[in-house]
Amino acid sequence: MAKVMTSGGEALIRALADENVDIIFGYPGGAALHIYDAIYQQERVQHILVRHEQAATHAADGFARATGKPGVCLVTSGPGATNAITGIATAYMDSIPLVVISGQVPNHLIGTDAFQETDMMGISRPIVKHSFLVQKPEEIPVIVKKAFHIATSGRPGPVVIDVPKNLTDPNEKFEYKFPSDLYLRSFALYDEAQDRDVKKAVKLLTEAERPVIYAGGGAINSNAAEEIYEFGKLMGCPVTNTLMGLGVYPASDEQFVGMLGMHGTYEANMVMHEADLIMAIGARFDDRITNNPNKFGLQAKKIHIDSDPSSIDKIINVDVSMTGNAKKVISQINKELKAMNFDNKKFSPWMKKAMQWRSEHGLNHNMLNQKNTGDIILPQQVIQSAYKATGGKAFVTSDVGQHQMFAAQYYHFNEPRKWINSGGLGTMGFGLPAAMGVKFAFPDETVACITGEGSIQMCIQELSTCGQYGLPIKIINLNNRALGMVKQWQDMQYGGRYSSISYEDSLPDFIKLAESYGHVGMKVEKLSELEAAMEECFALKDKLVFLDVYVDPDEHVYPMLKAGGDMSEMFLSKTEKTFK
Amino acid sequence: MNHIALLMENQPGALSRVIGLFSQRGYNIDSLSVAPTQDETLSRLTMTIGEEGADINQILKQLYKLVDVVMVQNLSEADSLTLELALIKLNKSKTDVENLLKNYEFEREILDEKDNYTVFKVLGDTREIEKLLSELKKEDFLEVTRSGTLGMTKGNESLATNDQTKISYD
Repeated sequence: MAKVMTSGGEALIRALADENVDIIFGYPGGAALHIYDAIYQQERVQHILVRHEQAATHAADGFARATGKPGVCLVTSGPGATNAITGIATAYMDSIPLVVISGQVPNHLIGTDAFQETDMMGISRPIVKHSFLVQKPEEIPVIVKKAFHIATSGRPGPVVIDVPKNLTDPNEKFEYKFPSDLYLRSFALYDEAQDRDVKKAVKLLTEAERPVIYAGGGAINSNAAEEIYEFGKLMGCPVTNTLMGLGVYPASDEQFVGMLGMHGTYEANMVMHEADLIMAIGARFDDRITNNPNKFGLQAKKIHIDSDPSSIDKIINVDVSMTGNAKKVISQINKELKAMNFDNKKFSPWMKKAMQWRSEHGLNHNMLNQKNTGDIILPQQVIQSAYKATGGKAFVTSDVGQHQMFAAQYYHFNEPRKWINSGGLGTMGFGLPAAMGVKFAFPDETVACITGEGSIQMCIQELSTCGQYGLPIKIINLNNRALGMVKQWQDMQYGGRYSSISYEDSLPDFIKLAESYGHVGMKVEKLSELEAAMEECFALKDKLVFLDVYVDPDEHVYPMLKAGGDMSEMFLSKTEKTFK
Repeated sequence: MNHIALLMENQPGALSRVIGLFSQRGYNIDSLSVAPTQDETLSRLTMTIGEEGADINQILKQLYKLVDVVMVQNLSEADSLTLELALIKLNKSKTDVENLLKNYEFEREILDEKDNYTVFKVLGDTREIEKLLSELKKEDFLEVTRSGTLGMTKGNESLATNDQTKISYD
């Protein structure tokens, strides 16, 4: 093959293309200009110009969550890099593969407090899986390859590549070589589980009386949905998903008891509390799940499958642990269960018990048809209406707060990668840019961003990006004129002292705002108008629609676990609770 | 007290990742020593974690997760040798220092002295060095510097490095 001579900037973009990247999200600036010049002179990698670097990271993140492929973004040094930090931390907390390329001041200026200099390696260190500071332009292709490998393998996560400007100089060319193999010292990856552990797990599973399958984001990351469905059917027991795991087991399946945890369903939390065996798959016993870890699953033996050995025995000690790829480990378990012709009939009384809990205090999925609140729109009704209008088939991104919990509870996710939200870091402002990333990945699919008037204003500038690239995202704004989740906590724990949650008089007219960016704005204030507006919103295929829905400002998210309690201790409504 | 031995890539930033992990996860390092090994691409650290109740297994797993970390071992769980060097400068005469050191087993050597001060080195077990320091009064000290504990296992085993893992793409 003929020698290809490239500059560092050209090598960087060429290496991205060689990694099969066809889209990156970014924002130019001084230290990244050589790289931007290289982008201009090629066609393999498309660059999407956002309006704020935080949005670049969230868009790349949304792209990654929806596709399973790594998301890529490019920012400049200094403020470009620091603006990207929130998005990197968001991806880190949810184990999302991102490659973040940041421009840096020239080598010889590092450490001099140069213009737009910031120590990106230092600032990002606690929130990256790994990071690289490029030292020589020739090593750029190898670093890119390593970055993608590290970002996507094992427990995925964000990787930063910090590139000093002088190393991308268009006048300094070298021979471009994209490596075919990589060498990483002692880079442990876990794949299948050991037979011995699989047998131990199967023994516990088959000897249990009241097992529950608890699957999280790791199950989605390892594309284990099919295997988990088969496993669920082999077991015939209740299945629950975490906020991050929604969709990995179909919500419409009869064994699915809903989301668990802080705002999980009554039946999911009761099942977890009463189970004698908890099977955790790609879930990390997060504090929003376990409530008080000292009171968690006291009756249960525990099995834990995770790709990250440090997740095992971190919060909850388990009886059998299998470090590995959930897809492969569950296949191993399924094979054993099938080989022994396991009869799951003995779990039917337990499954019936779960259904009984559901009939007692399960979520009301029929609120849309029970028009007993007059004109007032309940936020749950908006989600139910969106579900109805999309046939449950949309990609749904969300921001953070009450609307996020209502969406998680009431939009039934039947497939993985359709529910895209910031679970770990809880980043307001995530929803709209994440929806952009999803829409670029799946231009023919319906993409809805369920948000609130608080969150949407944190990245509202991206309405401009959506205009530039013609992204017909549907923004469903649950407008309760206050920071709803904070208000709920202030209601429940601070005697209704509403500290800094209100801005009602200064909210923008979202309709005019959307229109000023060239989009369609629609406002709904009465329940009787909701369904028609929702239908129209999704029927406008080529337009971004900002559907501003005025919802009941006093509604709370329930169930809600009692702070410091066990998983059976829940507030069920403003007047009911399961504990004394 | 736990002594952890760790091999890592001898690269800029690697040490800050190891140290950063401790503050990030809320653990304390009592002492740390680090230098390149016979293989110049690797650095070796010995860390001492004194904290009661620290979850050492979790610390080891978190350390091993770092891409730059090649191998980690808890020396306190193996039959190991540990050694620390301290340089101590006291407001005391040579005779006073020699009297003071009589009850200790560690190697010692007086390196510099005059009527009103003595500089000496001690080489030995960390606990013994700490016992000596605690025996002295605040006003006895001019200054102290310690190497941090160094450690390795006994026997003919070594903190093995996996060879470079080759990752091939089709």
